[in-house]
This record gives sequence, C-alpha cells and structure tokens, in this order.
Amino acid sequence: MAATGDTIRWYRDPGLLSALPALALLIAGFAGPLLMVVGYSLMPANTFSMLQAPTLENYFSVITESYYLSFYWSILLATVTVVVLVFICYPIAYGMAKLFGRWANLVTVLIAVPLLISENIRLFGWVLMLLKNGIVDGSLQMLFGVSASGLLYSVPAIVLGLVYVYLPFMLFPLVIGISMVPDALKEAAADLGASRWQIFREVELPLMLPGLMIGGILTFILVLGSLAESKILGGQAVVMIADDIESAFTFAQNWPKGSVLSVLLIALSGVIVFLLFRRIDLDRIIGRR
Amino acid sequence: MGTTGNSRMTRILIIVWTVCVIAFLYVPMVAVVLASFTKQRYFRFPITAWSTEWYGKTFASLSVRDLVWTSLSVALLVTVFSVVLAFFGALAFARYNWKGRKLYQRLILLPIFFPQAVLGLALLLWFSALGITTSWHTAVFAHLIWITPIVILIMSIQVYSFDPSLEEAAFDLGASRWQVLKEVTLPILSPGVISGSVFAFLLSWGNFPLSLFSTGADQTVPEWLYAKMVSGYTPMVPTLGSLTMSGAALVLLVVYLAWLALKPRRQVSP
Repeated sequence: MAATGDTIRWYRDPGLLSALPALALLIAGFAGPLLMVVGYSLMPANTFSMLQAPTLENYFSVITESYYLSFYWSILLATVTVVVLVFICYPIAYGMAKLFGRWANLVTVLIAVPLLISENIRLFGWVLMLLKNGIVDGSLQMLFGVSASGLLYSVPAIVLGLVYVYLPFMLFPLVIGISMVPDALKEAAADLGASRWQIFREVELPLMLPGLMIGGILTFILVLGSLAESKILGGQAVVMIADDIESAFTFAQNWPKGSVLSVLLIALSGVIVFLLFRRIDLDRIIGRR
Repeated sequence: MGTTGNSRMTRILIIVWTVCVIAFLYVPMVAVVLASFTKQRYFRFPITAWSTEWYGKTFASLSVRDLVWTSLSVALLVTVFSVVLAFFGALAFARYNWKGRKLYQRLILLPIFFPQAVLGLALLLWFSALGITTSWHTAVFAHLIWITPIVILIMSIQVYSFDPSLEEAAFDLGASRWQVLKEVTLPILSPGVISGSVFAFLLSWGNFPLSLFSTGADQTVPEWLYAKMVSGYTPMVPTLGSLTMSGAALVLLVVYLAWLALKPRRQVSP
C-alpha cells in the first residue's frame, strides 16, 4: 500500500475522506430505514405513527399465526436452489477457471449479459415457455401429440425461475474460488498417490471454499428475499416470505406486522452474512492477492 | 491449463454443458421476442399469424412514452451519481490503506447481500416518516443504495490492479492532489469507470423490486410489465419487453465498439 504519511489527522486521511460520501449514502438510505423498520415492528398493530409506546405484541401474533409456513417455503426453496446451482455451476466454473483460456472472457460476457435485462422480462419468457398452449406445451402437442399443460404455476416452475435468475450469482464467485486452487498443488497430491476424490476433498474443496461460500450464501439470501419468481411463475402455488411482507404493507396496510416479518427476515440473513464475513478476506478474493 | 487427469472426454462434456447452460439463459428472451411478433391477442404456440402491429401500437402509445422517459431519467441520474460516489468509494475500498478499511469493505457490501424488496419497503417507511412524497426522484435514491455498492465492487477490481507508485511519481513532480486525481488516477481507472457506468445504467433500467415501492405515482417500464403480467395482460408486454432488451443490447454494443476503438491508443501510452 502507498505511504500516505506516517501520522495524518483523520480529516486529511484520503482513505476515510473518499469513503465518506458512500458511507453517508448508506447511513441515509440503509441504516436509517432499517432502524425505522425495527422501530415500526415495536408499534401497536395497524398504526402508521411511530410515536406510541413500544410493544412486542406483533412479534407474538406473528409467531402464533401461520407465517412459519412462508418462512419454511422460503428456506426450503433457497436450499434447493443453492444445491441445484452448485451442481449446475461447478463444471462451468471449472471450465472457466482452468480450461477455456481466452474463451473464458466470452463465456463471462454471455453469462453476465442476461443480468442486465430486467428480471421480469426474463421470467415472462418462462411464462411463455411453460404456459398452457405455450412453447413447450405447443411443441409437444405438435410433435408427439402429448400435452403438458400443468407446467406453470407449480413449485418446480418456481425453482426453475430461481435457478435461472440467480445462476450468475453462484457461478462467478465459484470461478474465483476455483481459480484460487493452484494446479501445482493438485499435481503434487497426484504424484504423492492421492486418488481423484482425495485430491478434490483435501486440496480443491478447502481452497475453493471461500468462493463456494460467497456464491452459496449470496444466492441463499437473494432467494430468501425474492418476490417476482414465486408470483410470476408460481401464481398461488406457494407464498414466500417476501410475498407476505409485501401484502402486509400494501393490501393489509399493517405496517407494524410487515415490519416484524422484515425484521425476522433481516435477522435470518444478517446472521448468515455475519458468519460468512467473519471467515473471509475480501482483499484476497476481489484483489486476488 | 488443467493437466491433472483432464481426459478429452471430460473437456468435451464440460464444453457441451457450458453451451447448454448459456442457451438455457437465453431461451426465455427468445420466447419474448417470438411472442412480440404474433398477431393474436393471447399467445399460442406454434404461432400461426405473424405481425408487427403491436410494435406500431407500442410506439404510438403515450403511456409507454411516459414509462420509457421515467425509466430513462432514473437510470441516467443513478448512473451519474453512483459512478461519482463509487469512484471515491472504490479508492477507499481498494487503494488507500486506512484504519477502518476492513469494516468499511463489509459495510459497503451489506446492501448487495440484502433482499431488495425489503429494502424498498424500508425506504417507503423512511420516506413517509420524513414526510417525503415518493416519485421517480425517490426511486433514484432507492436505486443508488443498491447500485452504488455494486459499482464500487466493479471499480475496485480495477483499483486493485492500479500501481500507486504512478500517483506518487506525479506528487514528486509537484502535482497537486486534484491534478493527480484528474491526470493520473482517473485516466488509469477509466475502464473501471466505463464498466461501472454500464452496469449502473442497465441495473437501474431493469430494476423492479426497488422501483415497485419507491416510485409512488410514477411508473417505470419493469413495474408496468409486472402489473400487466399479473393482471390485465396486453400483447404490448412482449413488445415493450423486446424493445427494452434491444435497448440494453444496443447500449452494450455501443460501449463495446467504443472500447474497441479506444483500445489501441491505450496500449501506446502505458
């Protein structure tokens, strides 16, 4: 790192100074609103004012109502998505890190471009595919005379949408993870008589773990908070937690209850992120040093 | 390259798998484009009657013009603000060695690791508590919370590969801090600035969960598409969807061509 002078006062420290605008933004637009949500979660039900005696009644009512079901679905779908994505992404990530050479850049671009297209449009494309008389159903009828009309508005359709939307978030961290495994180390292990499975378990897996964990946790958390996939592809099949939060705020107009659900979701994601950040050195992963 | 037991077969399988997954990523977009050229009111496959009539209607629609204008205004403002904030933010992230850096790096990443719909709702409460009426202006602010950290991350990748001794040399030659920033740091980091702007623009252009709760009475293109998908379907959905995708593709193409055109010059002056 550059010498920035030995003893500089904080207001002359270029690091802190350049961090200030972004930090101010996050205080005004992230920390503030989150505290507000926590505050509202302690207000009596159905109120729109923040100036009442705090109470825990919303937490109790949320626990006694059937919200555990939407938490269950969110966690289940997030787990399934992460597991499916690990299997889909590992071969590609391996290829990008070790095999493709200069083609890896093209693959990166091709996988990143869909991220820049609105999620809604891409999910709508899946609706057209899976719809009754849609592309899949229509083609099957035309070619084989069989119908597949019940594809849309089902749990597998939601999983498809989630896997589809969050694939890059698993893939790219995994590529970084795998490229952190030196080939020489694998060769050395092979020379010493390790089997392929042993090399994978003892050498590759521990070294690529940071990338795998970042990808897995990022995907998990994004799925936990996802809204559009279950609504557009799932219809009424499953209610996920973000769905409940949205309807508490909009249809039910019960801000304190929506806030309680948000606090619970934030707490769940927060604990996971906290555990991740404790174990990971960002300089090493992003800067590859 | 991989030398440890990568048989020919494994390589071929990996390549085939990668091609399949990339195709999988583009399948729904192709479906949307196909649907935009049908004549029927409701989509049926195989398509029997083709037509561009819905494109004409979409172009003529005044409400669509409003939507595009709103989305464009939000995306442009988000790009400008986020790139300026992220330029300094990335220097703090990756360039300077300062006391609070490790903590700062983690704080900056939190909004990315945060469910966007919940962030949007939290901002809705926040604006209402502060007595701010939501409109597309507040949507700009909401987008910034999520997009600035992403742009910081993208620019940091560039900053990590930046050689601080270049700045020091300029200081030694008597340049002021401002001159160094303008003449040395900014030009070297310009590829990061460009890719950061492209991401900022397109992520804002396509964003739905944050816009949903922060635009108030105004509506962006993704919000409208969602509303029409859930209820009140019109064939303008695939048409406007295809147009939005073409717009994004065009932006990417222009930036790529500009990058190609500028590349040789950069190689001459290191």
